[in-house]
Amino acid sequence: MIQTKRQTRQRPARPGWAGVCLARRLVGRLTKHTGEPSVSAKVELENIEKSYGATQTLRSASLTIEAGEFMTLVGPSGCGKSTLLRIMAGLQPQSAGEIRIDGTSVDHLRPRERDIAMVFQSYALYPHMSVEQNIGTPLRIRRLPTAARLPVLGRLVPGQRTARRQIQEAVREVADQVEIGHLLPRKPAALSGGQRQRVALARAIIRNPKVFLMDEPLSNLDARLRVTMRGEITSLHRRLGATFIYVTHDQTEAMTMSDRVAVMMDGEIVQCASPQELYTNPQDLRVARFIGSPEINVVSTEETARWTGQPLPDSIAHIAFRPEALDFTPKSAGIGVDARLLRHELLGHDVLVFLQTDQGTEITGRIPAAQWSGLAVADGRIAFTLRPEALLAFAPSGKRAPLPFSPDGMMPADRMLSHAS
Amino acid sequence: MSKTRQAGAGMRYTLGQFASHAFLLALAFIFMFPFYVMLVTSFRAPQELFTPEFNWLPQTFTGAHYYIESLTATPVLTFMKNGVVISLGILLVQLLTAIPCAYALAKFEFRGRELLFAIVIFALTVPIQVPALPLFLGLNAIGALDTYFAAMMPFFLSVFAIFLFRQSFKSYPDEIIHAARLDGMSEWAILWTIVVPGSVPAIAAFSVFSLTSHWNDLYWPMIVIRSNELMTPPLGLAYFADSESGENYGALMATATILTAPLMLAFLFAQRQFIRGITMTGVK
Repeated sequence: MIQTKRQTRQRPARPGWAGVCLARRLVGRLTKHTGEPSVSAKVELENIEKSYGATQTLRSASLTIEAGEFMTLVGPSGCGKSTLLRIMAGLQPQSAGEIRIDGTSVDHLRPRERDIAMVFQSYALYPHMSVEQNIGTPLRIRRLPTAARLPVLGRLVPGQRTARRQIQEAVREVADQVEIGHLLPRKPAALSGGQRQRVALARAIIRNPKVFLMDEPLSNLDARLRVTMRGEITSLHRRLGATFIYVTHDQTEAMTMSDRVAVMMDGEIVQCASPQELYTNPQDLRVARFIGSPEINVVSTEETARWTGQPLPDSIAHIAFRPEALDFTPKSAGIGVDARLLRHELLGHDVLVFLQTDQGTEITGRIPAAQWSGLAVADGRIAFTLRPEALLAFAPSGKRAPLPFSPDGMMPADRMLSHAS
Repeated sequence: MSKTRQAGAGMRYTLGQFASHAFLLALAFIFMFPFYVMLVTSFRAPQELFTPEFNWLPQTFTGAHYYIESLTATPVLTFMKNGVVISLGILLVQLLTAIPCAYALAKFEFRGRELLFAIVIFALTVPIQVPALPLFLGLNAIGALDTYFAAMMPFFLSVFAIFLFRQSFKSYPDEIIHAARLDGMSEWAILWTIVVPGSVPAIAAFSVFSLTSHWNDLYWPMIVIRSNELMTPPLGLAYFADSESGENYGALMATATILTAPLMLAFLFAQRQFIRGITMTGVK
């Protein structure tokens, strides 16, 4: 009976999983689905520290993730983001600090008792089990008695037929949600990367957990599939309503998927804010540099002093501005700068302009393609202006400092000095 | 080399390849020849054995004569049963003890792990002859001499197995074990249902080593086994070669053939396991 059911439900093999139209169809399907809403939980991290011998991987990381939020931990490799995720899951103990889920401390609980599901970068599927067994494993462990799970003899234990049928149905339902219903009898080795990631997602979804942890789940996929899966994971989050904590080193993933992003550097959470806030209002020079592509322009205060003719106080070491802040319109208000044009890159809609000032500082600008064609380049030199409100000032420590420019672009020396004192 | 390969169907093999195959065939002949002599002696008449010229095939084919004689005159089947009980018993306990030890050494972090592993490596250097006397005295003291237990006991803990499995388990991806922990499996379940199936090649390889060495072992059974009905194949063969069959080489060789056959068949079976292997493509 199971056999016939399987045959009727089998779909024809479809070439090109990565197809965009498929993704659209899938997103529609996921959002339409009205399953029982899973309960989400608030996760609080308080002064989490982790050290291996003398090296400290995490130094006092504190973060509150609201129930149902999509929080991304982003940072360069080795910043401790994966370690933090593993500590939340209970796979590693922290050296100090406390983790609370819905207000209660979970530090003493083992991974299985924390009601947390995790998706790994390497998918971590059980290689000798079929897709169906892989997805069903969490339910088999929860719903079948220990004796019934024994390899061969387990089948002889009475009173497990209903439970097994329910598990099978649940597996089928979840597999259909992520469009791998026709792959259930296969082994992980016979699947493509994208299909394996779907199996890993299904294995996490089937448990109906309060919190999903994802450790760079897309970084082993090719670029096209990554875009598709990005949309799938966000719609999954919308549908399940659970708390998602997502780790990535890819700022595009962080910016496009999350409600909030926590940027981690050298074992610390440097800033946690909405993606837009991180971009426009970074609180640390490292955050400003990490978020945004092409990278933010950072110039020394000596350089800006030459531009404006006014020195800046010692409390400021760097001035930064995004490539879009460069204004090439003639006679526009602001700080005027004259630079040599090194080269330009056409990106279709936009043009990247690479400039070098006489002091050797390189500056990147981004302007609409239409404006580029009308640009006046005289003798390999080009002039642009910067609006003062687009500039970000950073203290020598790298922390954000108040900007000593007045809105009209002039810097009254007296006000500036009083600020420094 | 690629030039000769392109030259045509008749020139597909180079001189070097011929030479290496000839060398390998010569080696194979040297290793197979004693077995061939064993087999052919069990089928030929006794007067052919000491003739000056060597014949590849028996002049007088005796058929199953010596085999029937061997099976009726000596308790060959009893020897084989003892061999099976002792070598499988040893293997079973070795696997049950070595697999958890190796898993702990490979995947758990605890104080003194490196020291323990160093002790394991050190124990590899101690041959069975060293503790033989204390073991014999101890078994004698508890009155366990001349039992299956006495024949098996010294081999229950295999440091070689711990070492081999530890290397194999160490290469098992941590992420899969982490996923299993999050799915709610106990450490025992993770070990036996997740890690062990991924290490089948190592376990099969060790099983072949263990079974052959204990099936063929003469030293320890000769020390602790007295009664005929507990004798292992090599011990029985040695005993009956002296006392009963005496000059009857045909029967002796027939017995030897019967006693070697199970091991040969077991090896052929395990070889298929080796080749099939277990692919770890669930990761990456």
